[in-house]
Amino acid sequence: MLEPAMIEIERLSLWYADKRALNDISMTIPKQRITAFIGPSGCGKSTLLRCLNRMNDLVDGVRIEGVIRIGGTDIHDAGLDVTELRKRVGMVFQKSNPFPKSIFENVAYGPRILGVRSRADLDGIVERSLRAAALWEEVSDRLHDTALGLSGGQQQRLCIARAIAVEPDVLLMDEPCSALDPIATAKIEELMLELRSSYTIVIVTHNMQQAARVSDDTGFLLLGDLVEFGATRGIFTNPGDKRTEDYITGRFG
Amino acid sequence: MKTSLRRLFRSGEPYVWLAGGALALALSMVVILVAVILVNALGFFWPRAVMQATLRDGTVVAGQVVDREGAAGGPIVRVKLKVANRDLTSADFVWIDDSAITARAYPPEIVVVERTEWGPLIGVVKEVRERGAPVATGAAAAAALDARLPAAARLRRDVRAVETGAIGDVNRKQEQLRLALKGLEKRGASARADVEAAQRELAKLDEEYKAAESRLIELRSRGTAAVVVATAAGKDKEVPLAQVVGVYRPNAMSTPAKVWHYATRVWEFVSDDPRESNTEGGVFPAIFGTVMMVMIMSVIVAPLGVVAAFYLREYAKQGAMVSAVRIAVNNLAGVPSIVFGVFGVGFFIYAVGGTIDRWFYAESLPAPTFGTGGILWASLTLALLTIPVVIVATEEGLAAIPRSTREGSLALGATKFETTLRVVLPAVMPSVLTGLILAMARAAGEVAPLMLTGVVKLAPSLPLDGLPPFLHLERKFMHLGFHIYDVGFQSPNVDAARPMVFATTLLLLVIVVLLNLFAIQLRSRLRRRYRTTAL
Repeated sequence: MLEPAMIEIERLSLWYADKRALNDISMTIPKQRITAFIGPSGCGKSTLLRCLNRMNDLVDGVRIEGVIRIGGTDIHDAGLDVTELRKRVGMVFQKSNPFPKSIFENVAYGPRILGVRSRADLDGIVERSLRAAALWEEVSDRLHDTALGLSGGQQQRLCIARAIAVEPDVLLMDEPCSALDPIATAKIEELMLELRSSYTIVIVTHNMQQAARVSDDTGFLLLGDLVEFGATRGIFTNPGDKRTEDYITGRFG
Repeated sequence: MKTSLRRLFRSGEPYVWLAGGALALALSMVVILVAVILVNALGFFWPRAVMQATLRDGTVVAGQVVDREGAAGGPIVRVKLKVANRDLTSADFVWIDDSAITARAYPPEIVVVERTEWGPLIGVVKEVRERGAPVATGAAAAAALDARLPAAARLRRDVRAVETGAIGDVNRKQEQLRLALKGLEKRGASARADVEAAQRELAKLDEEYKAAESRLIELRSRGTAAVVVATAAGKDKEVPLAQVVGVYRPNAMSTPAKVWHYATRVWEFVSDDPRESNTEGGVFPAIFGTVMMVMIMSVIVAPLGVVAAFYLREYAKQGAMVSAVRIAVNNLAGVPSIVFGVFGVGFFIYAVGGTIDRWFYAESLPAPTFGTGGILWASLTLALLTIPVVIVATEEGLAAIPRSTREGSLALGATKFETTLRVVLPAVMPSVLTGLILAMARAAGEVAPLMLTGVVKLAPSLPLDGLPPFLHLERKFMHLGFHIYDVGFQSPNVDAARPMVFATTLLLLVIVVLLNLFAIQLRSRLRRRYRTTAL
C-alpha cells in the first residue's frame, strides 16, 4: 500500500444502545483504489461503511468511539458540518432508491442542493454524470421521464450517477448489486473499475467472487471485529487467519 | 350430510356470499337514493300538460297532474293536480277522486304564466290591456301578449340595472362618506374643512340618488301593459306584464319545443337569482357560495394539515405525547359538526372578528363588519372540521415513503429540511390530494356549522364581485345545503317547493362530483409524475 491514505480509521467502536456492533477497528484505506468489506450477515460491515459518511447519526441510540479521518479531517470534529462531509463522501445503497422524480432531476438534485442554478451548467453536469455511470446512451432521449420507469440495473447506475454528480472524493457502495441479475451486476462492476481512477471506492459485498473480481484491498469482518485486512489477492490466495480461510472457502457464512 | 355442510363452511363460501350480499345491499341503497333524486329533480323542469277536468258536481278544475294514488295494482283512485293560482284559491294543489271526474280535456289555449309573485297562474288569456283599456281580446289577445313580452322583459332588466347599479352605487358611496364623517367627528372639530367637504359630497350624492330614483319611476311607469287571465274556476286575474317572467302553453307545445323549454328552465335554475323566498327561480348565488366556500376552505386546510402532519411524522419525537396528539386529532373527526359551528361563533366571530372590528372598522361600530357571520369564518370553521382528514391522509402518505428515499437525499449532503421540501413533499402530494378530496366532499355537504357562521337564506350580493377589493370575505353567502333545508322545511309553501329541493340536491351532488373529479384528475397527474413504488 504505497498510495497515500484517503481514509484512516483508528480504534473505532460502535454501540447500538447496549449492543456493541464494531470492536476497536483500525485500518487505512488508500486513495483511488477499491476496497471491499466482506463477512457474514450481521458482522458490522454495513455499519462500518455507514460510519464513513455518518449515516449512523440518523439512528437513535448510537454511540461511537474512535477517530475517522477522511483526507486528513476528523469527521467527528464539532466544527465539521455533516452535510459537507456527505457531499465529499457519496453513497450508493443496497436497494436502488431513485427519487420519485425525472431522470434529469435525480442527477441534478445534488448540484441543485450545492447551489448550481444555471440550466446550462446543470445540463452539463447531468450529461457528464450519466456518461460516467454508463447510462447516457440508454436514457439520453428520455431524461424527463420518471426515473422509476427504469430497470433495476439502470436505477442503480442512476443512483451512481446521482452520487458522482456532486463530485465526491469517496464513493461508498453498500451491496450495490445484491438486487440485480448477473448482467446488470457485470455492468456495475465494469463501471466501478472505470470510476476507480477518479474516486476512492469502498464497497460492502456479500459476494466473495465480486470482491475478488473488483477490489484491490479486502477487509474481512466477523462479529464486529476486523479479522484481516490486506491486498485482495493475498486474502483470497493466502489468508493469514484461520477464520478468513474458513469463510472464503465456504465452510461457514 | 353433516360432513359436506362442514366442508362448505370451512371453505368460506357462505361468508364470501354474505360479504358480497352486504356490498350489494349498500350499493342498491345508494342507487335507489340517486335514482329518487334524479327522477324527482329532472322531472321538475318538464312542461307538464294541463288537464282540465269537469267534476260530477259541475265544477271545472285545471292543473298539471303531479301525482297519482291508488290501491296497489288497481285503478287510480285519486290524482294530485297542481292548480297554482295561489292568490285566488289559497292552495297550490288539490286532490281529486278519479271517480268524480266526468270529462277530461287538454285545451291547447291554456297558458301557464310564471310570475314574480304568487307562483304560476294557470288559465286562458282573455285580454291584453294598456293603461287599463283593453287592446286585444279573445284569440287576438294571445298574439298581442306574445308581442309585448320581450319589451316587458327588457324593461324589467333595465329597472333591475338601475336598482342595483346606479342606486346601489350611490348608496355605497353615501355609506362610505357617512363612516368617514363619523370618524372625523370623533377626532374633534379640528378637521372642520374636511367635514364640510364631505357634507358637500354627500349633498351631491343625494342629487344623484334623486336622479336615479326619478329614472326608476319613469321606467316603471312605462310598464303599462297587463294581461287578464281567466281561470278554470271562472275568476279573472289581471297581471301587469312587469310581473310576468314567462308564459308557456304546455298543451300546444311540440316535443322539441318542450325540450327547448326544459333546457331554458334548467339554465335559468343554475344561472338565475332566486325568487319568491327561494321557491322559484334559480340558485346561482347558492352554487357560487358553495363552490367559493369549499375553495377558501381548501386553501386554508391543505397547507395547515400538511404542515401539521409533517411535524407529527417527521419532526416530533415519537412517544406517548405524539400518540396522544394523534388520537386526539383522529377523534376530532367524530365531534358533531354543530359543535364546530358553536366554536366558530365563539372564537372566530366574537373573539377574532370582534377584535378586527375594533381595530380596523371602528367607524361602522356598533354595526359589525367581521364580527358577524361571513364566508371567511364559515370556511375557517369547516377547515377546522376537515383538518383531521387531511392530517391522517398525509401521515399515511408519509409513512409509505421508504426510508431509503430519504437516506438517498441525506447522503447527497442535503439537510433534513431540504430533503423534506424537495423529496418528501412532492412524493406525498398524491396522498395530500386524497385527503383534500375527502375534506372537500365533507365540507360541501355540511350545513349545521354554516348556519351559525355565515350562511343566509338570501344574500344581497356575492362574496366576489367587481368592486374593490373584489373578494369580500366578510360577506354572508348562500349555500346549496342550507338552501335545501330552507326551501324544503322553512318555506311558506313546502309542497310547491319540494321539486326544488330535489333539483338543488342533485345540483349539490353534481358539484361535489365535479370538485372531486378535478382533484382526482390532479392527483393522477401527480402520481404519473411521482410514482413512489420502486421497481
